Amino acid sequence: MNGLSAKPGARAGMLLVGLALAVLPLLVGATIGNSWVRILDFALLYVMLALGLNIVVGFAGLLDLGYIAFYAVGAYLYAIISSPHLATAFPAVFAAAPGWPVWLILPLGALLAGSFGVLLGAPTLKLRGDYLAIVTLGFGEIIRIFLNNLNAPLNITNGPQGINNIAPAQVAGLSLGRPVELFGLQLPSVTLHYYFFLALTLLVIFVCVRLQDSRLGRAWVAIREDEVAARACGINTRNVKLLAFGLGATFGGVAGGLFAGFQGFVSPESFGLLESVMVLCMVVLGGMGHIPGVILGAVLLSLLPEVLRWGAAPLQQLLFGKVLIDPESLRLLLFGVALVLVMRFRPAGLWPSALRRRELDAHEAAPGDAA
Amino acid sequence: MTLPVPSRSLSALVALSACLLAACGDKADNAAPATPDAGATSAAMVIRLGHVAPLTGPQAHLGKDNENGARLAVDDLNAEHFMIGGVAAKFELLGEDDQADPRQATTVAQKLADSRVNAVIGHLNSGTTIPASRIYHDAGIVQVSPSATNPQYTRQGYKSAFRVFADDVQQGSVLGAFATGKLGVKRIAIIDDRTAYGQGLADEFEKAAKAAGATVVTREYTTDKATDFAAILTKVKSTSPDLLFYGGMDTQAGPMARQLKTLGVTVPMLFGDGACTVEFHKLAGDGAEGHYCSLPGVPLEKMAGGTAFRDRYKAKFNADIQLYAPYAYDAVRVVAEAMRKAGSTDAVKFLPELSAINYPGLTAEIAFDEKGDIRNAAVTLYQAKSGAWSPLETMGGQAAK
Amino acid sequence: MDIFIQQIINGLVLGSIYALVALGYTMVYGILGLINFAHGEVVMIGALTALTAIGLLVPAGLPGPVVVLGGLLIAIPVCMAVGFAIERIAYRPLRNAPRLAPLITAIGVSIVLQQLAMMGWGRNYHTFPPLLPATPHQLFGAAITDLQMLIVVVAAVLMAALVWLVTRTRLGRAMRATAENPAVARLMGVDVDRVISFTFVLGSALAAVAGVMVAANYSIAHYAMGFMLGLKAFTAAVLGGIGNLGGAMLGGLLLGIIESLGAGYIGDLTGGFLGSNYQDVFAFFVLILVLVFRPSGLMGEKVAERA
Repeated sequence: MNGLSAKPGARAGMLLVGLALAVLPLLVGATIGNSWVRILDFALLYVMLALGLNIVVGFAGLLDLGYIAFYAVGAYLYAIISSPHLATAFPAVFAAAPGWPVWLILPLGALLAGSFGVLLGAPTLKLRGDYLAIVTLGFGEIIRIFLNNLNAPLNITNGPQGINNIAPAQVAGLSLGRPVELFGLQLPSVTLHYYFFLALTLLVIFVCVRLQDSRLGRAWVAIREDEVAARACGINTRNVKLLAFGLGATFGGVAGGLFAGFQGFVSPESFGLLESVMVLCMVVLGGMGHIPGVILGAVLLSLLPEVLRWGAAPLQQLLFGKVLIDPESLRLLLFGVALVLVMRFRPAGLWPSALRRRELDAHEAAPGDAA
Repeated sequence: MTLPVPSRSLSALVALSACLLAACGDKADNAAPATPDAGATSAAMVIRLGHVAPLTGPQAHLGKDNENGARLAVDDLNAEHFMIGGVAAKFELLGEDDQADPRQATTVAQKLADSRVNAVIGHLNSGTTIPASRIYHDAGIVQVSPSATNPQYTRQGYKSAFRVFADDVQQGSVLGAFATGKLGVKRIAIIDDRTAYGQGLADEFEKAAKAAGATVVTREYTTDKATDFAAILTKVKSTSPDLLFYGGMDTQAGPMARQLKTLGVTVPMLFGDGACTVEFHKLAGDGAEGHYCSLPGVPLEKMAGGTAFRDRYKAKFNADIQLYAPYAYDAVRVVAEAMRKAGSTDAVKFLPELSAINYPGLTAEIAFDEKGDIRNAAVTLYQAKSGAWSPLETMGGQAAK
Repeated sequence: MDIFIQQIINGLVLGSIYALVALGYTMVYGILGLINFAHGEVVMIGALTALTAIGLLVPAGLPGPVVVLGGLLIAIPVCMAVGFAIERIAYRPLRNAPRLAPLITAIGVSIVLQQLAMMGWGRNYHTFPPLLPATPHQLFGAAITDLQMLIVVVAAVLMAALVWLVTRTRLGRAMRATAENPAVARLMGVDVDRVISFTFVLGSALAAVAGVMVAANYSIAHYAMGFMLGLKAFTAAVLGGIGNLGGAMLGGLLLGIIESLGAGYIGDLTGGFLGSNYQDVFAFFVLILVLVFRPSGLMGEKVAERA
């Protein structure tokens, strides 16, 4: 853990943060309601997704517009195994849902998503930036279209109807789907999921930090900065790139499995291109390649639309005395404006790494066309 | 049914969020005074109904239509001084947007569950209605969907889930019977838009048509965002069918009918409720003539207050009914009626009344079967004649007797 | 056989529209290296503006084609202004920003334009009045309307004019110089900012024409119509080799034909295993295949690994 506690006092700080994270859902649930705990749960899922995409985009510098496909793969694997779908679709083979424990499905989902990541990476190794972007976009769409159509001739995904009645995750014999009474405190399902997601998010963060400081992490950065030079230094760029795609995808697979268990229902419409774009926005807006920045980006962008959902109407009421614009229209409008403004004033993201900020300052100081 | 215990410290904050919500609910409604004082008025009982549909995104026009229908019902109830248990009831509608996204649907559902609304009208799509129904069920909130057609929705064992609309099985089998019986076609081409709605309806139609001895000559596909159908229609043309069935919405069906004419194909088309709209004729232009569609329930003109509803809708929202507004209206009315019969706004008390209700709605005589689906759903068939859908016959349901 | 010819014609009409939109992407990309995600929304604004204008012109009782032309003449300057404003407000401050920042800005602009259009034009679908003759003609046993022929011709003429502008005029030379190297172009006396503004304005004018053509051909316009169209056009631009005008045209036409043939014959090709539901999979698969063998598109120049 020396990577995390380099500075004095960091340990105390981490303890405080940990405490805050532990109390947060109880506080939120008791004050502004469980819907906000649910929003926090989704924020944690997005943190995982953003960190996974950050490996591909931030560390290795490979623009990926189809990342949500891995999320979908993880979600569908969980859904197929933990729902009565197989028993309904293939009654001859399956008598009931396989119902494997979550500790088996999640790694399986990660593995499957990782293999898809390598599968995507393999044909695209030679492609540069924006060509890669369109191919990954196409890959994401291909996966979604297959999920949407694989209800015939064999009913694997149940097509557009989606898979319903997915069992919630069981942790230590405890179903996360039902509220639990603990020390006279009622913990609803959303709060239980929060702790479960938080634990896995912390694990993902830990893995990311370790990866960043590893030999592999440095190889990624080398490729991002200059692929030719990296190869000249003896880095096997093909394998290192494939590892970036594969490892990045695994996080998506895990998050997908969690999503399926949490929602109880998956359908292809959850895995559209806009979701990929959203996760990319989180990575770039927060600060590409910088783990705390990416986390910040994910949390902010998943909370912002919800804050606007609650705030848009009352705020107008307060300012103008009446509601001038539909809150729904305003919500997305402000979201778009926020994206533009952040990039305008902090083009390297809200919280870029110190190194990146230095580079950028140097770049701006250079003589040239600073408009 | 399990009702979760609300946290002790919650009540004050519920009141606060109610204030915020009340302000939300009044949006864009110039008629309603903006007085966010839920709980302050002691004389009237306040009943809060949630309404969820996509209000942004490609289906926003349908979502707003649903919300308008529900809002009209709420305004009517308030104007009528509707009484529940001898007390004047004041209805409030909390309109929410789920963007047709399952994830946002559950977030919104949780929000409505937190603010303990008395019932929820919605959602519009099956893909959002189903995941949300789990949350409403767990919170003990009654949900009535005006437009979700996936049969699964009411087959999850949730006593709290209702719909005032024929599901895919009900409508698909009527459409199949109509095609093979009245139209007497043998060779059928089928297109669907690969959405839960379009695919579900097309599958049920295919089953019914095949069972009646028809042949499906080709099954083609498009998407709910497509505008160009020339390629698949050319394919359809090459199989020379007697009838072309399309499972999807008017926004595709209209241009599809027009392009069919452009290609010089004269096959009649058959649609479900999604294309049975005024909009279809605008979109199809002179390609609309002669095609068929079905709509659950009885024609609005034949129901008491039906045409009046259409006029009042137009006057209030300065827009034509898109599609499901009358069903959303009925959904609100039927919930209110159940509350009146039970003399209570408590879901535990009015749920049995809702299950056993028999209410003359705008769209049909509404009664529910044991699953929560509309009982003996009548489906009316229409044919496009000089720019409008004119009713042909009503099949199934009480109207057939 | 006539079915095959019909599919090729279907593909050509669709491809002409893709190509026209793809030109806007490829021009901006060629000069700035930026994927202007908001370009599809400019097409949408063009369509809806023209529709509004046409709605006002119809009562004047002019003949159909004149009304459409009037709508087009109003839509073009409006789109030009929108394109100019987008570049000025959103992209220009980001000239030296990290590579992905303008992409996020483009996504933001796209959302903003869509929401503004939703507020202005409402959520409903708008229909394009039948002002242009849509009676089908027979061509080698296949049907094609006057409007569709017009679309193919207009697209071809506009593309030819654009190629002439870029290769034969002073302004075109300035554009090519800027695309090659902005800093050097500036040293040679090229007003780089003006050239970039002009590129956006020109691309937006083409978008307006494309918007009107889409609305007229499919008789439908909607505030969310730009996104899918933009995506397809962008795919077409990449297929042809982004940054290359000829590539955008070729890519657009090819993508249109691939989609048509894919929808028509994918079932026969796979023995009925896959159907027209895999039309887009087919298109993307061809794209990936092309890029594996020609990593910079069909007509893209071979570029060094680092741009």
